Amino acid sequence: MNLQLFALAFFDGIAYAALVFLVAVGLTLIFGVLRVLNVAHGSFYAMGAYATASTVGAIVAAGYSPWLAFPMMIIASALIGGLIGGPVEKLLLRRIYDMEEVLQILVTFAVFMILEDVQRLVWGVQPYFESSALMVLGTVDVLGITYTAYQLILLPVVAILVLVGLRIFLRHTLSGKLILAVTEDREAATAIGVNVDRVYLVTFVVGASLAAFGGALASATTSVIPGMGADMIVLSFAVVATAGLGRIEGAAITALLIGLGRSFAVYLAPELDVLVPYLIMLAVLLVRPEGLFGMAHTRKI
Amino acid sequence: MRSILPALIVLLVAVTPVLAPTSQVLLTLAFAKGLAVLGIIVLLQAGQVSFGHALYFAVSAYVAASVARSFGGELVTTLLAGVAAAAVVGLVVGVFVVRYRYIFFAMLNLAVSMIFFALLEKFYYVTGGSDGLQVPRPTVVGLTLERGEFETILFYGALVLSLLAAWGTHRYLASPLGNMLRAIKTNEVRLEYLGVSARSTLLSGYVLSAALCGLGGALMAVAQGIVTPEYAYWVRSGEFVFIAILGGSGSVAGAFVGALIYEGVRTYAAAFASDIWQMVLGIVLLVIIIFGPSGVTGLYQRLMDRLVGPARPRGAGDSERAPGAAE
Amino acid sequence: MRSLGMAAAAIAFAATGAFAADKPDELKIGITTFLSGPASVFGEPAKAAADMIIEQINADGGIDGVPIAASYVDEGAGGEALVSEYRRLVEDVDVDLMLASISSGNCNQLAPLAEDLKVLNLMWDCGTQRIFEENDYRYVFRTQANATPEMLATVLYLLKTKPDFSTIAVVNQDYAWGRDSWDIFQTALKAMKPDAKVVAEFFPKFGAPDFSTEISRLQALRPDVILSTSWGGDLDTFVRQAAQRGLTNTSTLVLPLAESSLQRLGSALPPGHIVGGRGDHYFLHPERVGDPAFDDFMKAFHDKTGAYPIYPVFHMSQALAAVKAVYAKAIEANGGEWPDREQVVDAMDGLSFQGLGNEVTIRDDHQGLEDQLLGTTAKSDEYGFAILKDIMLFDAEDITTPVGEESIEWLKTLGPDFVASVEPKTYAD
Repeated sequence: MNLQLFALAFFDGIAYAALVFLVAVGLTLIFGVLRVLNVAHGSFYAMGAYATASTVGAIVAAGYSPWLAFPMMIIASALIGGLIGGPVEKLLLRRIYDMEEVLQILVTFAVFMILEDVQRLVWGVQPYFESSALMVLGTVDVLGITYTAYQLILLPVVAILVLVGLRIFLRHTLSGKLILAVTEDREAATAIGVNVDRVYLVTFVVGASLAAFGGALASATTSVIPGMGADMIVLSFAVVATAGLGRIEGAAITALLIGLGRSFAVYLAPELDVLVPYLIMLAVLLVRPEGLFGMAHTRKI
Repeated sequence: MRSILPALIVLLVAVTPVLAPTSQVLLTLAFAKGLAVLGIIVLLQAGQVSFGHALYFAVSAYVAASVARSFGGELVTTLLAGVAAAAVVGLVVGVFVVRYRYIFFAMLNLAVSMIFFALLEKFYYVTGGSDGLQVPRPTVVGLTLERGEFETILFYGALVLSLLAAWGTHRYLASPLGNMLRAIKTNEVRLEYLGVSARSTLLSGYVLSAALCGLGGALMAVAQGIVTPEYAYWVRSGEFVFIAILGGSGSVAGAFVGALIYEGVRTYAAAFASDIWQMVLGIVLLVIIIFGPSGVTGLYQRLMDRLVGPARPRGAGDSERAPGAAE
Repeated sequence: MRSLGMAAAAIAFAATGAFAADKPDELKIGITTFLSGPASVFGEPAKAAADMIIEQINADGGIDGVPIAASYVDEGAGGEALVSEYRRLVEDVDVDLMLASISSGNCNQLAPLAEDLKVLNLMWDCGTQRIFEENDYRYVFRTQANATPEMLATVLYLLKTKPDFSTIAVVNQDYAWGRDSWDIFQTALKAMKPDAKVVAEFFPKFGAPDFSTEISRLQALRPDVILSTSWGGDLDTFVRQAAQRGLTNTSTLVLPLAESSLQRLGSALPPGHIVGGRGDHYFLHPERVGDPAFDDFMKAFHDKTGAYPIYPVFHMSQALAAVKAVYAKAIEANGGEWPDREQVVDAMDGLSFQGLGNEVTIRDDHQGLEDQLLGTTAKSDEYGFAILKDIMLFDAEDITTPVGEESIEWLKTLGPDFVASVEPKTYAD
């Protein structure tokens, strides 16, 4: 493997890592605050992709500028997060915060099953492919290999913006600080008058919107097909568990590890590429049971 | 009084091949799944949930398939080989995963099962890839049988195995070992102070649960006549947990009640609402969790409590969720 | 014990059960197809086609006056649900025959079951060549080709149109079809062009959302030809990403299943790449266009679904044409009386029938002989998506594994001169 191939594998890896991070960060945010592992997260990803692909397709077909695809991605993901994610939290999850962990996971599993069929009923089963956003940005030649600017530049930049943005939001704004307070100690936060219900709702909507945003960005590069959510869930679980539950920066680094691991596998041992996320997760958890950046759990006596 | 309905159900199921011969296979499949769910229920006693137990289901099914293919296959040896393989893999994986709890326990199991799933597809020339391996019909005490006879024998075999497994698991949970297992859920540190190793206690439960899943998998393999990587997919692991909650995670009967209901709903939903069967299942699950989190058997217990007064102090499996035990 | 149930059924349905030769009120058919999951890109159009064709048959007076009633089963619901539902249709609903299935895995599972249940089963879409090479069945037939002629025709088309290429890479889905089809393709290629060099083999996982890394590597390797037997969303994604990054300018794509993706891909698939459709399946089939029945159906299907028929629609039409033909043949053999089910199975041997493609004949080993059509993409302003030019139509007899032989072994016996010995019909535009 020479330097050129090394560089190529690196570029492919970060583009993929950026998408994985965007989805996983929403999941880890929700877990950090609500302490619920949300299986339906994959559905938000898929619905973000479907909503973007279908609306952008209609906009371009109607003769409007393909640049509108970018604002459309943000609008579509906010709508999915708010209109689907909001009611899921308010009507369903709110009833189960006191239940056992397994019941909570199963409730989100049930939501996932229901949303799978909702997608089929709304968007049908034929693949959607809408790459206007990718086409308008053109291509970049690196070391004799053609890349799309969308994957090589835009996706990593967006991922970094989201990472930095989330950090600033959580550390330096009032709403962010409230979220952190609830994460730290729910009862104490309630006692000092924080509206925990509201914090939960906002967090869930933001997390779901991030998943949908990941789907929206992915829709320009891939076919939107039934079942795309199921694969994404398992992958983002692997990222979140490897990173340490609730660790946002950890999710970024783990996504990068998995993205690079996968692309190097395609160069060196193509048959291994699907195993990479799980092997990384196993290796990390066997050495650090609480994940790369997780904190050890204090046990109750 | 309390046991009249369960006894009636067992009786009714036992005469199914005569009354409704076409549901015989469906019930056999339900028993196979019920056995696997029983494994999940054992772990749930310790407060642990595995999202990867399809691993043992699949390991056993593939071993059973290979045995049936290469050695001609006698029903008993086929099943035993599968269960043994599942227990061995359960022991090896268990040694690592019993160090973990809750989400990490669930996730590690998931990871191991997904690796196995990927390997089943990768080692195409050994496993047949996604097309799977056909399982020739095993002989029964040396006799080669027609499908009809074989299925009847398999049905009663599954019924007897399920009753035995349910009884055995009940005994296990009522034993000191079973009580220690439940202590992991309620207060693991106290268990350690008593000088009991929580890890080896959980490991014993883990191996038992792997073996039960294995029994279900091997049974499924010979009943279906084919094994596919789908046996190891995470959705199937999720399905086991789903059924456990549906039936009632507190009791061994819940596994089979849940499996019967689940298979019934799924089959008829696929037949009469083929567009939205997933949605139907999802809604059933939501309704159960929100309105009866102790499952169908839990609802039955409550109904009986109301009708004939509270039961005598119950044995192992039927623990109610202690208030505050949930995190 | 079973007889008790049968007796009950016989009493309940005296008309259908007791006297097999009496005409039933309706001919009951069970059809398995994908209504959920990625393969529903094939299953849904096929179901729409089945509805249309059955409606037409019934409007024309049914089968000898007996209307067809179809029940559908979702293959996407998983193995157990499929088997349970299959048995329910055969044993409770008492269907006359089954059309199953799309997935080869499901065919593997259902063929022995059909044999045991003694129900006529037409494998209407699955491609694995192994079923009849490894087993003998009485009740199971295939009303279409299998993977071997499909891949062999692809190799022949490639060698006839682009004989001088030297390097090839493969990007197939990582599941049985992807592996099997590459085995067959590779074996045939090595037999007929031993100097062709395989420079890369990729098997990204089924449903992979991203092929960027594979494409980067392919750009570095620059193979003359890239084979992909993928389908559905996977194929669309691969072709789009390859086109976006200019891979389609430097390598010729060979896509044996892309006929089913042409309409979705629109202008993304540039001219000059090789496309097939698992048989002689193409909505502009050069031998069929102009036949009013064919033209009417293409238009009616487009009106109903918004898309032109793709190969599963042709496969479905062939299976239903076989149903029609086999009943006509069995009725004739039975002196004009309605046949019992065993007589219908007997009539399947050597049956010829014609759906939307050319005529198909069932061989002694129950395999259907179906012609293969391939072409090269060309730009079309009329349709807005690529159409095929330089079409070749291969005669099934030339390219199907002989009865009783094993495909891979048979392919190894072919030599470089086999290419010239097969003379397909060619169509200039």
